[in-house]
Amino acid sequence: MANYEVHEYDVLVVGAGGAGLRAAIEASSMGVTVGLVCKSLLGKAHTVMAEGGVAAALANVDEQDGWETHFCDTMNGGKMMNNWRMAQLHAQEAPDRVRELERWGAVFDRTKDGKILQRAFGGHKWKRLCHVGDRTGLEMIRTLQDRGVHQGITVYMECAITRLLKDGNKVSGAFGYFREDGRYVLFKAKAIVLATGGVGKSFPVTSNSWEYTGDGHALAYDAGAQLIDMEFVQFHPTGMVWPPGVRGILVTEGVRGEGGILRNSKGERFMFKYLPEATRNDYAETEEEAKIWVDAAIRGEKTQARRPPELSTRDNVARSIYLEVKAGRGSPHGGVFLDISYQDPDRVKKKLPSMYHQFKELADVDITQQPMEVGPTMHYIMGGVRVDADTAESQVPGLFAAGEVSGGMHGGNRLGGNSLSDLIVFGRRAGAGAAEYAKKHTAAPSIVDDQIKAAIDEMEAPFNRKDGKNPYELQRKMHEIMSTYVGIFREENDLKKGISLLEALKEEIKQVSISGTKTYNPGWHMCRDLRNMIICSEAIARSALSRTESRGAHSRLDYTETDPEQQKSNTAIFQDGDSMKLEKTPTPVMPEELKKLFVKKEPANA
Amino acid sequence: MNQSKTSGAPAELGATSRNDAWWVEPALVATGFTLFIIYATWRALVDYQFQEWGPYLSPFFSPKITLPGWQWSPAILILWMPAGFRATCYYYRKAYYRAYFMDPPACAVGHFGGEKYCGETTFPLVLQNLHRYFLYLAIVVVGFLWWDAFSSLFYNGSFHLGLGSLVLFGNCIFLSFYTFGCHAFRHLVGGRLDCFSCTSGAKTQFKLWNIVTKLNEHHMLWAWVSLCSVGFADFYVRQLAAGVWTDIPFIGS
Amino acid sequence: MREAVMKVFRGTDSGSGEFKTYKVPIEEGMVVLDAIHYIQGYLDPELAVRWNCKAAKCGSCSAEVNGHPALMCKSRMDHFPEGQEITVEPIKTFPLVKDLVTDVSWNYEVNKKIPAFKPSENADWTFMQEDIERVQEFRKCIECFLCQNVCHVLRDHDRKDVFYGPRFFVRMAGLEMHPLDTENRAGILKDQAGLGYCNITKCCTEVCPEEIHITDNAIIPLKERVVDEFYDPVAKLFKTIFGKKK
Repeated sequence: MANYEVHEYDVLVVGAGGAGLRAAIEASSMGVTVGLVCKSLLGKAHTVMAEGGVAAALANVDEQDGWETHFCDTMNGGKMMNNWRMAQLHAQEAPDRVRELERWGAVFDRTKDGKILQRAFGGHKWKRLCHVGDRTGLEMIRTLQDRGVHQGITVYMECAITRLLKDGNKVSGAFGYFREDGRYVLFKAKAIVLATGGVGKSFPVTSNSWEYTGDGHALAYDAGAQLIDMEFVQFHPTGMVWPPGVRGILVTEGVRGEGGILRNSKGERFMFKYLPEATRNDYAETEEEAKIWVDAAIRGEKTQARRPPELSTRDNVARSIYLEVKAGRGSPHGGVFLDISYQDPDRVKKKLPSMYHQFKELADVDITQQPMEVGPTMHYIMGGVRVDADTAESQVPGLFAAGEVSGGMHGGNRLGGNSLSDLIVFGRRAGAGAAEYAKKHTAAPSIVDDQIKAAIDEMEAPFNRKDGKNPYELQRKMHEIMSTYVGIFREENDLKKGISLLEALKEEIKQVSISGTKTYNPGWHMCRDLRNMIICSEAIARSALSRTESRGAHSRLDYTETDPEQQKSNTAIFQDGDSMKLEKTPTPVMPEELKKLFVKKEPANA
Repeated sequence: MNQSKTSGAPAELGATSRNDAWWVEPALVATGFTLFIIYATWRALVDYQFQEWGPYLSPFFSPKITLPGWQWSPAILILWMPAGFRATCYYYRKAYYRAYFMDPPACAVGHFGGEKYCGETTFPLVLQNLHRYFLYLAIVVVGFLWWDAFSSLFYNGSFHLGLGSLVLFGNCIFLSFYTFGCHAFRHLVGGRLDCFSCTSGAKTQFKLWNIVTKLNEHHMLWAWVSLCSVGFADFYVRQLAAGVWTDIPFIGS
Repeated sequence: MREAVMKVFRGTDSGSGEFKTYKVPIEEGMVVLDAIHYIQGYLDPELAVRWNCKAAKCGSCSAEVNGHPALMCKSRMDHFPEGQEITVEPIKTFPLVKDLVTDVSWNYEVNKKIPAFKPSENADWTFMQEDIERVQEFRKCIECFLCQNVCHVLRDHDRKDVFYGPRFFVRMAGLEMHPLDTENRAGILKDQAGLGYCNITKCCTEVCPEEIHITDNAIIPLKERVVDEFYDPVAKLFKTIFGKKK
């Protein structure tokens, strides 16, 4: 058996984005030993790409705001599929978590009276997104990173976890390798927090970085946890579509929050006609009204005008763009036009600096002069590891999950800005939950040698197979399958075809091979990542097939209506022997006092 | 080309994978400085009989200083101040460390010399930290030059405006842009504060700091323009004094 | 189809490594990182490169393209003359791991030594936009370490023993100029961080992909603060009489 190094911690956090860092900080402040593992360098996690802001009902700009409204917006945005308790905790705790970031050194944009400035975003009733220009994620990760570093958390960079180890039914450690030299490592741990982010790399057009190979989803699945709501994959409405090299790169919702207008090739402001009946009253009826709202927002004043239709929820805007393009009213490169150029150029550059540079440098487009071309790009998965709302613990004792890898918080569709707040609210709760758990279970974790041997064999295998499959070729195949059969609009036959192709691909992945050494060998890393991606791809496809309705981010061509009956159950995926099983589990029912918030037109504090 | 040195193997002078004309900038800077230094030294030490003509006093010799027993060029008493200001200026430091010391000659290009590098931590370069004192002196000198420029308008008891006055005023403007865009000045007027809004004094300083920042953003430009203008102003007066050319009067005579 | 000729450094050791030439089809708007990915995906799956977002937000894909320190995801292929070979090498100031990947862990060690943000205890946490505009510029840093790579104090003189490098002056400037921070880092800047080793030759500013004015807005203002504290007798006297700000 190959050599491996061993480290032992009370709590091991896998992933060093917003959720992982916040979890590590919390656990370490509770006096347990904490190790933090990340697949990239510290501070490079996908959180840096979050742009528009972090949602928290601070009511600095719109004083009518409060946690109740935030909660209702989140549940409505999630089409009532959310775990209500998570949505409640999230709405209640986000303001404190944001203030805490500021006390740790984050420097948010300010209102005229020196408070944290908040901007409008899709699906949020009030201006709620605390932001730093359009680089809020960077601000957050740097703040947490420095806080963590100064708190003395040990960080293992460029280290990938390939297996969770168990002692009986509970978690006892994690096995992985260092990308730099391929050496193996065993972390013994009483509790493990998964904070590995999402699954975007299963799709060809995505705003996600290479790390998003669904590692945490797959690790939890392998360890016996359930994955819920996997059919809900968010396509962000505005990704770049041209030139080809940048396809999928995110264009922040902040552009629309600052007044960006969507038009088709005929110059029509098409979002007016796609507003769902249920929320139509929250949006402007005419271009004039929308303009009054935008002008007031720019001046920092109040207005009776309602917000522009571009600020509808992401699922709706993405679908609308898709339909416009399909109807032949798209832009030259298969998107639609997003225009902010009617505003003062200096203001655009100040509020959206990275968008300005991104388009200028990568697409030769000056967004202060011309419209952008945008189209949907795979952005986020609402589904993930089923966790307890208060402690973030999964059904596997000792295994916790926070951030995108966890499921339930966002239901059928996530609102922009709720992701960053999710990270800090549930990152903290997972860290605390794990630390409590580790304190209760004082016995040292015991490791079964067979599990280590299996983990090592799995990693060695691609080197030993001669003339096997090229990992990059298999990833291209997976991209092809996912974009053709499991895209933004779904249909039974497509999904069935997709699943059978994925099953065939799964067999091919078992034949993957690589040559060379273990020293920083990305082909070798891909061999392992493929296995995670295929698990997530299959889970998405199977869950999508099982939901015979259209709801939130899940749109079926053969079931275009929302079926109230299906709100009552979540889709759960779990491993049964060698095969993937699916069952419907009841959606948690919210208590009466929360239900009341939805009955009244305005929540109590409005 | 094939070397990918890592971790501290000192590169040879000029070693680089850059395939653009990286040497053009340091070469131009070195040439420009050298020409100015030769001219200024010659004027200050050799050619100093031509100091003023009519209403115009050359900036190299302003203010007029008479020291008992001083038999050398008066420029020596004056020029060390602006020379010191420029020598310790943050822009000039960059320029001559690159062009003369070649440490480094350009970005990602191997440097000159391999001795233990001390930067500005030891004598004499640690004295660069006294830049602000040269700033104080330079401000005094610029004050005199403004005085000279205004004085040139009133010659022999009547208003007079000639090309020479415009040259002197132009020079004063450029020198002021350079002097008041100085990094040390930017620090002193407000940059040293951590909070710009906390007191009413701080708010005033913030306004000043903003103006200085605007000038400071083009400090390199003003450094070169004012170097040329001061050289030209001196040359213009010298040529008048030497009778090579005559002034062009617009008003008065 | 148009092709680009890429000369890419390959190897785990700077002595024995060599440049390999690859032909890559050109698409419109392609960047150097796309070409590297093409090589990985179709020609050589072992080619090592560090990258994350491919959108110039994470600062992972630092390299030297035709000798210029740059982010590969921001280096447009059509900015190079057609037909000209494009050379891609790892950054040179840090130890080579393999191909385009270097070991930048030294930077993370340096970061730990910087005294953390220490807000005043009775702060009411209101401050104005103009108070933090300077700080926000510094916080744009994506830690690509291109400034650390190009800085000759580290690159040519290898003074990692006495010098923190531009990235960390930027970080310290962000802390020092924070309206609520109470820590004084002037002594550390002068001694441990080696601010005096910087001879303001500005290459850090030239290569910064975030266009942070590292020299003018961070390093020089810090140098002036160090002057206040250690070199300017008048300022020192003033401080002794009127008391320290912090």
